[in-house]
Amino acid sequence: MSPTKIYVSRDAAARSVGADDTARAILAEATRLGVDIELIRNGSRGLLWLEPLVEVATAGGRLAYGPVQPSDVEGLFAAGFTSGKEHALGHGMTEEIPYFRNQERLTFARVGVTDPRSIEDYINHGGYRGLKAALATEPAAIVAAVTAAGLRGRGGAAFPAGIKWKTVLGTTAAQKYVVCNADEGDSGTYSDRMVMEGDPFVLIEGMTIAGIATGATQGFIYLRWEYPDAHVALKSAIATAYEHHYLGEDIQGSGKRFDLEVRLGAGAYICGEETSLLESLEGKRGQIRFKPPLPAIQGLFGKPTVINNVITLASVPIILDRGAEHYQKFGMGRSRGTLPIQLTGNIKRGGLIEKAFGITLRELLYDYGGGSLSGRPIRAVQVGGPLGAYLPESQFDTKLDYEAFAEIKGMLGHGGIVVFDDTVDMAAQARYAMEFCAIESCGKCTPCRIGSTRGVEVIDRLIAGEDSTRQETILRDLCETMTYGSLCALGGLTPYPVLSAINHFPEDFVTPVRARVPA
Amino acid sequence: MLMTKRQPTTSAIAAFMSSAQIDAVLGVCSKLKATAGPLIPILHAVQEQLGFVPHDAVPLIARELNLSIADVHGVLSFYHYFRKDPGGRHVVHLCRAEACQSVGATAVEAHAKRTLGIDFHGTTKDGAIRLEPVYCLGNCALGPSIMIDDQLHGRVSAQRFDELMQNARAAAGGEA
Repeated sequence: MSPTKIYVSRDAAARSVGADDTARAILAEATRLGVDIELIRNGSRGLLWLEPLVEVATAGGRLAYGPVQPSDVEGLFAAGFTSGKEHALGHGMTEEIPYFRNQERLTFARVGVTDPRSIEDYINHGGYRGLKAALATEPAAIVAAVTAAGLRGRGGAAFPAGIKWKTVLGTTAAQKYVVCNADEGDSGTYSDRMVMEGDPFVLIEGMTIAGIATGATQGFIYLRWEYPDAHVALKSAIATAYEHHYLGEDIQGSGKRFDLEVRLGAGAYICGEETSLLESLEGKRGQIRFKPPLPAIQGLFGKPTVINNVITLASVPIILDRGAEHYQKFGMGRSRGTLPIQLTGNIKRGGLIEKAFGITLRELLYDYGGGSLSGRPIRAVQVGGPLGAYLPESQFDTKLDYEAFAEIKGMLGHGGIVVFDDTVDMAAQARYAMEFCAIESCGKCTPCRIGSTRGVEVIDRLIAGEDSTRQETILRDLCETMTYGSLCALGGLTPYPVLSAINHFPEDFVTPVRARVPA
Repeated sequence: MLMTKRQPTTSAIAAFMSSAQIDAVLGVCSKLKATAGPLIPILHAVQEQLGFVPHDAVPLIARELNLSIADVHGVLSFYHYFRKDPGGRHVVHLCRAEACQSVGATAVEAHAKRTLGIDFHGTTKDGAIRLEPVYCLGNCALGPSIMIDDQLHGRVSAQRFDELMQNARAAAGGEA
């Protein structure tokens, strides 16, 4: 009889709550009892509140047990979990857990399913079919498929990927580049990290397709230093892809070349902005560039460059494999396909939810998330990272759609949702937004560099009750200057969290009422 | 008047670095200077080997890459991750971002500073722990989060923080 397959994630989030210890305890107990098991360290299923999640493969599918601490392991073996027996930590079939079952996993199809270090596993689960399709067609047809799929940049700006690619394809140059923006700096986001750790080959495949589509032969993944596990996963996957001729001078005998390397960032939020990222890759301060020229025409080292977010590039293989129409039929309005949503902060069931555009915040917060972690009422959610608006309960019926969010002066961004309960002090959050902008401003333009520091000071005076009406007028005026006068989204969007906080939660800014905030 | 510019010697540039440090910096430069956009990879490698980027490494790197000292200093000072002073066998990065705030990171931060007796960028008296702020570790569903050297930890309460610090102090490794 072949050994029972047991899965314990090697995702950094799972490891952060003890997955390594759990895995060791399982191996030790299996050895002690003489039970024949094969332990596989997979990516995370995204059911993060159940981590460390342990799965057991059975004839009917994988069974979930979690969260499993080392002290639970003996009891699990005693209950016979290796043959799928019940236990208090059991949740039945992983893929039947409603949180998972109701998702539409396209980009994350393999994450948590396969062994991220195994290229064989990747190929056996549909990997490299997109590349095969791309190699069998013309570059212009690849670009047309990405355009027809309606894929928009998942980093936050939601710019149509096909248009960037078309520009690069149409620009003649001796050297072109594909750059992956893996500087996932928004608080409340980790979908890039989960893909890179849980299915790194899909990103490599997506970048290779981008190279073939546009004539670029060199790729760079600009990865934030805060993701050491992703760094290890990517380096290992890139080396394996070279060994198997999925990277290098003659990809699968096609005569096409594509080389790829990972570069580490060094702790600068602004480097998630594409032109700053390019400066940083060139070895300079991460200061933003004026546009035009567009990176698609003069990007890295002045050469035409495709620059896309991890999720954007990782969504390309399935578009090429299943066809643009298949991808395009998910979603609503001009937001096509799926969005990997990250449900985070003060939430009972936090995790990764890949859904077609169109789901409401309320469904996510209560049906998926189960309400706040603290058990207190949810008072505000911040969507779209530190530059996203704080939304009150009255806006929880907003659908996740780029245009619907723009309408309520919000931003979907990279799909991060941070939940706050009723102990949150919204004036403190507004102040933090300005403080963050001051810390992370690249300093190139005045509204952002100076405005953010002045913003902290004005909010301090406002909170202190020093001539509040006047301070609020100054703050609003300052926000207008930053919105319209900043060169990029950092200064330009910092007013979103600030103004949404003061507009939706004015009571937190009035001095005597600051005592309202429960201890 | 015609002036001849003479390259200063390595020992003149890097008077305050040990010869081992100088060798490390020069070794990193010669290994990486042919790569495209080498400066940031070089700074990473220097920090990885020495635990920080010494002040005197700046003119040395500038000379090796044929950049101005201002160029190198500008890059070094722009990025939060690069440490300009030594200290701390273990580097603890504590997340200050919103998702961690929503589950009590501000209290953990206050606890960390109080119990370690240091502010951000400081190192404990015994040289064991250096505390740095970080803005998101990508563990936002399981906060508050900290990273000790390369290892991420989630759901860090004040009590858990103390345990982790105790374990870190007991462990030998970490950066020199």
